[in-house]
Amino acid sequence: MSADTKNIAKLDAEAMSLESVSMWRTAWRRLFRRRSAIAGLVILGILTFIAVTAQWVAPYGYDQVLIGKEPVKARQAPCIHLLGCPKDQPQHLAGIDGNVRDQFSRLLYGARLSLVVGISTVSFAIVLGTALGAIAGYFGGWWDTIIMRVMDVLLAFPSLLLAIAIVTVLGPGLINALLAIGIVDIPIFARVMRASVLSVREMEFVSATRALGGNPFHILFRRILPNALTPLIVQGTLGIASAILSAAALSFLGLGAQPPTPEWGAMLGAERNQVFTAPHLVFYPGFMIMLTVLCFNLIGDGMRDALDPRLAHVS
Amino acid sequence: MMIQYIVRRFFAAIPVLFGILLVTFALARLIPGDPCRAILGEKATEEICARFIQEKGLDKPILIQFGIYIGEMARGDFGSSFRLGMPVTRLLVERLPTTVELSISALLVSMIIGIPLGIISAVKHNSWLDVGTMVWANIGVSMPVFWLGLMLAYVFSLLLKDTPFWLPPSGRLSPGVADTPFYQVWGWTVAETGLVSGILKFIGRMNIFNALITGNWELLKDAVTHLILPTLALGTIPMAIIARMSRSAMLEVMGQDYIRTARAKGLRWFTVIMKHAFRNSLLPIVTVIGLSLGTLLGGAVLTETIFGLSGVGRTLYEAITARDYGIVQAFTLVIAVFFVVINLVVDISYAYLDPRVRLD
Repeated sequence: MSADTKNIAKLDAEAMSLESVSMWRTAWRRLFRRRSAIAGLVILGILTFIAVTAQWVAPYGYDQVLIGKEPVKARQAPCIHLLGCPKDQPQHLAGIDGNVRDQFSRLLYGARLSLVVGISTVSFAIVLGTALGAIAGYFGGWWDTIIMRVMDVLLAFPSLLLAIAIVTVLGPGLINALLAIGIVDIPIFARVMRASVLSVREMEFVSATRALGGNPFHILFRRILPNALTPLIVQGTLGIASAILSAAALSFLGLGAQPPTPEWGAMLGAERNQVFTAPHLVFYPGFMIMLTVLCFNLIGDGMRDALDPRLAHVS
Repeated sequence: MMIQYIVRRFFAAIPVLFGILLVTFALARLIPGDPCRAILGEKATEEICARFIQEKGLDKPILIQFGIYIGEMARGDFGSSFRLGMPVTRLLVERLPTTVELSISALLVSMIIGIPLGIISAVKHNSWLDVGTMVWANIGVSMPVFWLGLMLAYVFSLLLKDTPFWLPPSGRLSPGVADTPFYQVWGWTVAETGLVSGILKFIGRMNIFNALITGNWELLKDAVTHLILPTLALGTIPMAIIARMSRSAMLEVMGQDYIRTARAKGLRWFTVIMKHAFRNSLLPIVTVIGLSLGTLLGGAVLTETIFGLSGVGRTLYEAITARDYGIVQAFTLVIAVFFVVINLVVDISYAYLDPRVRLD
């Protein structure tokens, strides 16, 4: 009898210690249990390393023209010593681009831009989107109608086309392209935030804060926002992936980053007519875009599963 | 109930359409530089500009201008392109069929491959097939359309040259292939302008459909071979999205009790999967197909640019770089309205698929 009670007490203690683990710790642990999410984190780690160390790792500068310095021609195929390229020729891992620059170095510098592009556009969209969504959801009424109808209109355009249209008005350039993509992404976050606000607005802890005399901003930021964080984080990570793709597409069309910026989409766009004669100039930048987008997609999917309380029993 | 729901949805779309008109109207007015030279070109003289501004009512208050604009759009008068010297409507009739054909074939391919792949992955959960499909789908959604297109062109047009798998890298038809529209084949007399002739010309330029109804097999073969690469490039991302969504929707439904009940009462596994599980996971799949159409329309700009197809996307892109605002305004409007209509159709199909939706 007493052994049983002891066991029960032990089980209780275990259950209690389980409860005290914070939601974020469990989420991290669950994220690390998914092979695809780990793959995503590893790729992101490598890309971040490349981005930070580009100026030391890259054998050449991103705008260093090699005419007269090395016996190389424009659009020369990659020369890798390990793969049997003669040792007396200078090594160029990804070949030479149309302006006689080292493609590999440009690819490394490109990682910097891609990560900055993805994170900055999504941050911009999250800040504006959550603010608008919070106002619409919390105050309701006319605020809600007007803000959400405007969001509906923005969503009525295919996102890439709307971004193209906005860049037309603002003029081509990397910053304007980022602004355009950021604006196009606002409705996504506004909707997520509004839905979260609506789901907790009438809950007792919110009413309690209101009864205690908390002002709307306190309620919004300290009581409601924490509850909306999970979907925002998931949507944000997936949003980075699509923002990088859109930015690359705009640069490919010549509306985003301008030469000599080593932006992958722009590099690919500049050489697209040479795909039959110099495929390496098209392959590598596109492959890097894919890898970057893939890592954010994998991490985003992993987080969605890790943060989903319905899946808590799985881990 | 159903009709009431459709009517309600239809009216809900009106403010959005109004907003779209407002955005395209604002777009044309926000562009730097004076509107006259933006529309008539840099070489327009002062007198021409003065007359143009008066004719177009650009000297009137902005609200009246907006009213005039809505009137023009409602009448289908999209103005004309200064660069190509022809009415935008005629340009649409000429170029929209390319995009429609491409989008439809890309969407069909992505559905025909994506949905079964998703279902099989869900049924064979955690098998090598499931893992393989998901790895492929993750890579698929991460691929830039323009890169995939160029790589496909490189592989199929250069590496596979002189093999039976060779495919043309650009264009809609090979030179010399007759694409006589059906109304000429059948000896109809068609007026130069007008709505009916516009519609007939539009249909006549849908090469595959035209070839099928007139029995022009040479045209059919040529049109199909030209369409394969752009379709693959444009269809891969939606295919991956649809496969992923079908899989997760099916997995969710298949964990439900009624699936076990259906199995327990002795129904065939196939019947359970198709009639009980798939039917109930259709809602998210339809949503994602509707959303994919937006990706398709945006991706069409890139695909058409790469494969040298003069469709709506490429025309719009060229118009933007050449600052041909007549086209930009009209084409953006047409695409957005098309997108709204699709969302409306998706909403209505919800109600058809799930009776509960009608009641909300």
